[in-house]
Amino acid sequence: MAGATDLLVHWPIRPEAQDKTYLDLSAISELRPFRWTDVSLHIGALTTYWDILRDPQTRAEFPLLHEAARQVGAIQIQSRGTWAGNIANGSPAADGVPVLLAYDASVVLTSMAGSREIPLREYYTGYRNSVRRSDELITSIILPRRRYDFSVFHKVGARRAQAITKVGIAVTREAGARAANPWRVVASSVAATVRRCPAIEAFLASGALVRVPSDFFASIDADIRPIDDIRSTASYRRTVLARLLYHSLRGVSATVV
Amino acid sequence: MNSNAAHKPVCAESDAITIAFTLNGKSHTAKVAPGERLLDTLRYGLALTGTKEGCGEGECGACTVLLDGLPANSCLVPAFQVRGRDVRTIESIPAERLGPLLESGATQCGACTPGVVMTAAWIRDHRSELQSFTTRALMAGNLCRCTGYDGIIDGLERWIASESGGRS
Ligand SMILES: Cc1cc2nc3c(=O)[nH]c(=O)nc-3n(C[C@H](O)[C@H](O)[C@H](O)COP(=O)(O)OP(=O)(O)OC[C@H]3O[C@@H](n4cnc5c(N)ncnc54)[C@H](O)[C@@H]3O)c2cc1C
Ligand code: FES
Ligand code: FES
Repeated sequence: MAGATDLLVHWPIRPEAQDKTYLDLSAISELRPFRWTDVSLHIGALTTYWDILRDPQTRAEFPLLHEAARQVGAIQIQSRGTWAGNIANGSPAADGVPVLLAYDASVVLTSMAGSREIPLREYYTGYRNSVRRSDELITSIILPRRRYDFSVFHKVGARRAQAITKVGIAVTREAGARAANPWRVVASSVAATVRRCPAIEAFLASGALVRVPSDFFASIDADIRPIDDIRSTASYRRTVLARLLYHSLRGVSATVV
Repeated sequence: MNSNAAHKPVCAESDAITIAFTLNGKSHTAKVAPGERLLDTLRYGLALTGTKEGCGEGECGACTVLLDGLPANSCLVPAFQVRGRDVRTIESIPAERLGPLLESGATQCGACTPGVVMTAAWIRDHRSELQSFTTRALMAGNLCRCTGYDGIIDGLERWIASESGGRS
């Protein structure tokens, strides 16, 4: 456990959670800070949303980290909740995970047997399931330092502050010719996990004109299968996702008009 | 959830953890159960009942305390995690300093008020650092069922102005 903002919810009436064994990371100061190298930003397992919000350099280079951190709960959650806990908790409605994915983050998993680094986009295997073994901890998150000429994060919830995401997007476009396709599109709350959307990315790069939000439907349907749940319906989510993409990218991408 | 379920967790004496921490400026030690929430340690272990429980799920902010100077929901803090750290509760704020809040209708039933005041104390002490946030956004984690918020925001702004630079 780190900030315990997921773990301790309704704690006194969850005997099944109380019966488990936890390892508290909070006093391991080596896991706290984030640090920069020439090529990447390393976010420690105990780095909180507030740690990032206070830092001007991350705001300049990775503005979506700030956008997302500002919209996670309120200060009481931002001060305690960690980026690694957000990944480990594995909610499809998470707000930290989409922006990390949009920056092509990888996750360092460490156990007594050693460490391995895996791309975040390969981390989840299904609803609240991942490749992390039970003896492994997330010890850091690595973001490659690249130039982006566009980035956006949007979260739609029941109200502006402190609401669980019904539909969310994080989109980046990398500057320069390093990547074959500069777009990274991530959708949250519309599938069993937060996920990258390769069909939408390919569609944006294809040069096809997008004149109305519904032009995104074919690629949306190739990428995700939204569900009905207590917070929203599948068709609402599909429609809102198309509109979020359209209105965020209109005028940014030459093909979205 | 209501707070009736939140009686102090029991544990065998041998499982209890002794923690030393700073509480409202003084050194303290407490024996806590491994699964005990800071909220329960404060209210039931240390009889500091100013900190309230509203929801028990991190939404309402009634249980807000300052942990190493930052607002935190004490219903979501495992008590043992405050070992060696600094905790400030509503009991650290002299009642006579709260005039502007009372005058502006920022409090009716009062259940949210201790949490509201703790978040406000943090805002007051970090004005310049927090300039890019609105007071409303900073107060989003403190829900109030009575006042409709205008009184709270108004009262806080006057309180913060009246104490500008000062500390309780
Ligand atoms: C009122 C409220 C509002 C919230 N709002 C939002 C929101 O808007 N957006 C959002 O995305 N989330 C939100 N959350 C959820 C939560 O705050 C975040 O998911 C947070 O990032 C979790 O981090 P933590 O350190 O508190 O995790 P913890 O509760 O400590 O841990 C969560 C889970 O991850 C495991 N874990 C933690 N760290 C590690 C690690 N390093 N390695 C392996 N496993 C680990 C724990 O065992 C546990 O199962 C909210 C929660 C509350 C209570
Ligand atoms: S009781 Fe802790 S936030 Fe509501
Ligand atoms: S005064 Fe009653 S909840 Fe705020």
